[in-house]
Amino acid sequence: MSLRNEVLSSYEILDVRGSVVRSLDHIKELEGGQESLNAFLAIADPEDLEPYDRGPLAGVMVALKDNICTKVLPTTCGSSMLKGYRSPYEATAVKRLRRAGGLIAGKTNLDEFGMGSSTENSAFGPTLNPVDRSLVPGGSSGGSAAAVAAGYVRMALGSDTGGSVRQPAAFCGVVGIKPTYGRVSRYGLIAFASSLDQIGTIGATVREASLLLEIVSGHDARDSTSVQKPVPSFKDAVAQGVKGMVIGIPTEYFPEQLDPPVRALLDEACERLIDAGAEVRPVSLPHTEFAIPCYYVLATAEASSNLARYDGVRFGVRVPAEGLERMYEGTRGNFGAEVKRRVMLGTYVLSSGYYDAYYGTAQRTRASIAHDFKTAFNEVDVLFTPTSPTPAFPLGERVLDPVAMYLSDVFTVTANLAGIPGISVPIGAVGGLPLGAQLLGPWWGENHIIAAAGALEASYEEDI
Amino acid sequence: MIGLEVHVRLKTEHKLFCNDRAVFGSEPNTSICPVCMGLPGALPVLNPEAVNLALRTALAFGCTIHFESIWARKSYFYPDLPKGYQITQFEHPLATKGSVMFSGSEGDTSVSIRRVHMEEDAGKLLHDRVPRASAIDLNRAGTALVEIVTEPDLRIPADVRLFLGELKQILEYVGASNCNMEEGDLRVDANISLRRSGSLPLGNKTEIKNVNSFSGVERALSLEISRQIATLDSGNTVGQQTLLWDDHREELREMRSKEESHDYRYFPEPDLSPLEVTHEQVAAVTESLPELPRERCSRFKNVYELKDYDAEVLTQSAANADYFEELVGIEIDPKVAAKWVTGPLQALMNERREDARTVPVRPAEIAALIGLIERGVVSESAAKSVLVILAQEGGNPSDIIEERGLRQERDIGQLTSWVTEALAKHSEEVARYRGGESRILGYLVGQVMNSSGGAADPRLARDLLIKQLSNE
Repeated sequence: MSLRNEVLSSYEILDVRGSVVRSLDHIKELEGGQESLNAFLAIADPEDLEPYDRGPLAGVMVALKDNICTKVLPTTCGSSMLKGYRSPYEATAVKRLRRAGGLIAGKTNLDEFGMGSSTENSAFGPTLNPVDRSLVPGGSSGGSAAAVAAGYVRMALGSDTGGSVRQPAAFCGVVGIKPTYGRVSRYGLIAFASSLDQIGTIGATVREASLLLEIVSGHDARDSTSVQKPVPSFKDAVAQGVKGMVIGIPTEYFPEQLDPPVRALLDEACERLIDAGAEVRPVSLPHTEFAIPCYYVLATAEASSNLARYDGVRFGVRVPAEGLERMYEGTRGNFGAEVKRRVMLGTYVLSSGYYDAYYGTAQRTRASIAHDFKTAFNEVDVLFTPTSPTPAFPLGERVLDPVAMYLSDVFTVTANLAGIPGISVPIGAVGGLPLGAQLLGPWWGENHIIAAAGALEASYEEDI
Repeated sequence: MIGLEVHVRLKTEHKLFCNDRAVFGSEPNTSICPVCMGLPGALPVLNPEAVNLALRTALAFGCTIHFESIWARKSYFYPDLPKGYQITQFEHPLATKGSVMFSGSEGDTSVSIRRVHMEEDAGKLLHDRVPRASAIDLNRAGTALVEIVTEPDLRIPADVRLFLGELKQILEYVGASNCNMEEGDLRVDANISLRRSGSLPLGNKTEIKNVNSFSGVERALSLEISRQIATLDSGNTVGQQTLLWDDHREELREMRSKEESHDYRYFPEPDLSPLEVTHEQVAAVTESLPELPRERCSRFKNVYELKDYDAEVLTQSAANADYFEELVGIEIDPKVAAKWVTGPLQALMNERREDARTVPVRPAEIAALIGLIERGVVSESAAKSVLVILAQEGGNPSDIIEERGLRQERDIGQLTSWVTEALAKHSEEVARYRGGESRILGYLVGQVMNSSGGAADPRLARDLLIKQLSNE
């Protein structure tokens, strides 16, 4: 027995713990200094690191978006409402990555409750884009994307309700995957819009994002919307190639207004896929133009209900007042402007007398959008689109123009409405700013989009 | 016109959407978890046990079951509602279109059931635990309810009470609920609107909430009817409003008027898939439903030739009726069995606060005891003592009778000496009897019983007395 105890594990020989502690110290130093990106809202204490020394993620640090419940650090959703909130339980995805040996590096910044596309709506200040600190990192998983792009961690969890993993990945020049709705348990993901929310992964490479996704995927009895489907090996799909794959180019995703340099990069990426053996053909998704209004009706309706509990009775930092009504009013002042806007919008569309016109219409539109995809995937294996119409925009540019901000989600919300998987992968830079391409796949077809993204990534690596 | 919404707590072991036990009367906040506390990120998972009990309820009313029903969120702010919404069913309930027949004040009356849907309960506010503050107990939050909505078929407050009695009995029969009123297993809201006789348009409807006894519903409705009549008679119109019943003060208080009525903003619950029920499931539940109280009652009258009163009392609870039928099954005469179940056994159960399922004296033992009475081994009054001893100490009736000396004396020699002794002591009464005052015989039998210390067989003693009195 004693002899056995003296045998050192590879974990100890390589001093994984030592390197993890040094990395954490490094992140703390950078994030605490002048050059802080404000990517993290909390960084793990080395005391809390568990000695996991086996599993596919042994000793790998993973950053978690701060709307995913952990026991070790607070979970704030980037909101004053949940400032200092500690969850007594942890999300299923977190449990799975810890069991795989992964270590929680810290909790990353986000738009309050995931509502935003720039991480400027955080009650704890915006996150800066590590590529150019004057730009937004995208959102709402901006902190996770920035943490990976800055090299703090190699992988992170985010959540994607309308593009919140894919768009910041594109803005920061990293890889982001939103899986099929129901692939990853939402248990412990603090809800923004339950029928659209899905935990997604961000990685420095397609392989890292895919590996993390494989680990957190799979049915969970605690989430009735998680689906009992076998999880294929996503990391094996990375190098599968695109030989014989049919890739559809939806015309609605390449509007006239697209900037020529953006279009040029997308065309080049397409050529690379053809060079790698794929066949490309145009397809049509005719209901695309209704996606943004449809999304903002459904997402805000669900949000108005999901956020009702932050009323100061049991959750929410209570603002004391005489009487219940006044306490409610005062407490709900803790929400930021964007959250208030969406809660009001959502309350309105669910009101009796308006329900059918708004919510009912949006539900029918959603079904039409899903049907568009179903039809397209009868002909093609994956779809190729831009992730966002533009690269990262300057901080403050769209804060006062919510509609312009909403339109930056135009190419990503459809996947959430239909529930299909999507991945954003870097395809070069426009004026020094990273641009992402999005690959969309059929339901449960993550391996196809991972294979296509892997082929693209490999093609760019060959250039170097 | 009166319509009812009855909330019934289902008899499930666990809550509707989580694994906590559904308990009553425990220390506050001891049966709670992230799901029923509405913690951020927690999600509901349906408990199939509750669906089964809801199906039993709906099928007992002959409802149409919908093979797909939709969960919905009903939003309102109240401190005992942790999520800010209640998970219920709205546009697409589990079941619709059923009916309940009951014996009303004007004979058999049918009430249509509009719908039966499932929902979760809220927590409870405690106003007496913390000085100048209210506390919240979430033990009840998330427990499984069905809401039964009737058509406005009722007219008379007394009938509402009778209907609710029938409803309660059915729910107990099918095992859907314990229907314990003190624990709030059954809560009733009543909608009422008046119409002048002959005139078609109905007046505005008011809703009475917070009633937790059947007599309370009856009293509240009578009060509200008088109020509405007075309002209409004075030429005013009744305002659409919600009233709270105060049982202690016997009064109705306005809770809110139409202007401030809630917009519950119902929409489909995205955290749950539609509730799917299969044909097989419905068939299996239908198959397993017991005979319902009214059918059982009429069968008892027809098959066992019981009097109306006995049949009604026996079928009041399924457990009593089962007990009775077990006795009949072991060859006990139905009338004798009915007398024992409604008499001594019921008294015993009341005293021990038990029902016919849990009472320790089982039908076989009572049957043995009845057999001993019929063979004259023990008197009826002694047998009642034996019953109590059986419940307290167990054992078998014959042994108890022997050990306690409760056997009836039937030896003619012994009886004759007691009779002779009694006649000698009471010569005055003997003379009165002989003088034609035959009523005095009962007194003399009593004296023989006294002499025997209660052991004499009273019928034999009586026969011997008559014989001796006429001989001399």
